[in-house]
Amino acid sequence: MLRFLLQRLALLATTLVVASFAIYSALYAAPGNPIATLTGGRTPTPEAIAVLEARYHLNDPFLVRYWDWLVGALHGDLGVSIPLHQEVSTLIGERIGTTAALVAYAAVIILVVGVGLGILGALRPGAVDGAVIVFTTISAALPSFVASIVLLLVFAVNLGWFPAFGTGTGVVDGFRHLTLPACALALTSIALVARITRAAVRDELGREHVQTAISRGIPFPAVVRRHVLRNAAIPITTVAGLTIASLIALSSVVERAFALNGLGSYLVQAALSKDFAVVQGISLVLVVAFVVVNVIVDLLYATLDPRVALGSRAT
Amino acid sequence: MTGIPGLRGTGVVGHLCAAVMVIAAVVALAGSALSPHDANAISLSYSFVGPGGDHLFGFDGNGRDILSRLLVGARTAIAGPSIVVVLSMTVGTTIAVAAAWLGGRFDAISAIILDVLFAFPGILLAVIAAAVFGAGLQAASIALAIAYMPYIARVLRGAALRERAQQYIAALEVQGLAAWVICARHLVPNMIGLVVAQGTILFGFAMVDLAAISFIGLGVQAPQADWGVMVAGGQTGLLQGYPAESLSAGLAIIVVVIAVNVLGERLTERARGGTR
Repeated sequence: MLRFLLQRLALLATTLVVASFAIYSALYAAPGNPIATLTGGRTPTPEAIAVLEARYHLNDPFLVRYWDWLVGALHGDLGVSIPLHQEVSTLIGERIGTTAALVAYAAVIILVVGVGLGILGALRPGAVDGAVIVFTTISAALPSFVASIVLLLVFAVNLGWFPAFGTGTGVVDGFRHLTLPACALALTSIALVARITRAAVRDELGREHVQTAISRGIPFPAVVRRHVLRNAAIPITTVAGLTIASLIALSSVVERAFALNGLGSYLVQAALSKDFAVVQGISLVLVVAFVVVNVIVDLLYATLDPRVALGSRAT
Repeated sequence: MTGIPGLRGTGVVGHLCAAVMVIAAVVALAGSALSPHDANAISLSYSFVGPGGDHLFGFDGNGRDILSRLLVGARTAIAGPSIVVVLSMTVGTTIAVAAAWLGGRFDAISAIILDVLFAFPGILLAVIAAAVFGAGLQAASIALAIAYMPYIARVLRGAALRERAQQYIAALEVQGLAAWVICARHLVPNMIGLVVAQGTILFGFAMVDLAAISFIGLGVQAPQADWGVMVAGGQTGLLQGYPAESLSAGLAIIVVVIAVNVLGERLTERARGGTR
């Protein structure tokens, strides 16, 4: 287990270093002149140029600037947004809460509704199972942005139960504002998790040890809890974890649809206005979050199924 | 039922899905000729006017004919994913076959590169591409092709390894054929079923992602007609009680994506059954 852990952490570190290099160099190579952005199109004096170049380290060699950026990032300093004259870390700090709350909310919905529907479908064949299949087929085909506008239309415009825009103030109001976006973000993943859960639970129900437990007269709920769900948890954890990790990038789409002031929508805005320091900073944060969640899923998987850590990686 | 050779074994549903895809392809190629009105003609006096006459879906907020915009918008909605599929499948298949054939160091290095690429979700890569090269369908398509390539390469590498172990490959090697000839003429044609199935599934994913990228404003640029752009553009109307534009464009995307996904699943089942 320790060896497996170290392996995953080494891969994590390599991935993050290469990914951060890729993010930094891609935006470094982008066309555009930071001096022109800084001076807003006016022609600066050579002295002014020299001052600006010194302040923003524009004359350092590329590798030095990458190294400074990386070391800064490890200390929580992601540089300065040139158009806004503000610390990127501050800009990110103001918005990261919204995105984290949105993804966490969606993750809870996915786990509760997805796993719940899957178990329900597997344990109650017939009408209930049929309803679960119909629901997951529809929600699996709904892209998040279409889900967003459908939810907006039904629950915000027609029924008026939830607000259409913004983040809201305070905990309860914020919760209300995040409900529709979280549902839109969760919908496709609910279908995926429900299907995997249903298949895994049905698989386990047919196993010999489960049949034996039932024939020995152990109460059915106890059999489901102790023998079925424990084994079914292995594929469910993997799929749920991976799909929740994918929400991190997808949040930008939903945040745009509901005009939420989160990291994702700000990333899109920064990409449109070519605010490279912000794009670099947010991209790095999102990649780190995505990779770390993936590693956590890997470790959970190895904890649930010790064969994983012993054997080679399954592909 | 015999059916069309390429679709054998996919059933009636498979043929229906293929029909939907053919219709979508025809509209994508000939949309502007089929559209009853000019897709970009603005007349504000018709803003949000409902269906009537030969305007089957009514007008959007700028008084443009929605049906015409749907037909014209099919072009970018279909062309984008096609670019992604062609690029991603070509590079992915090449890397998969090379890794399976050469093994050793090449296999190990390509596995590391693929692992790093896995760290970039497609949408994030597309946003970075938009920041560097400017927003547009081209940058977004290339970014998505790069993001999806590792998934393709990983699946096909396994299939290529199984094929590589077959005796006919060893026989061809003994006959002295060059490695690339064996790969191009014998190995890849023998896994073409899986390649086509993977490409079909990828098309569905790419279509949803590209529409999402156009929706957030980093793909196809308004006022050009495109399904993703229309879903976003119709949002103002939707909040005022005129959901026709957003819903019709969203429905168009969903119908094509469902057809593509179902056909892709059936083709995968068939390919799995055939090669094992």
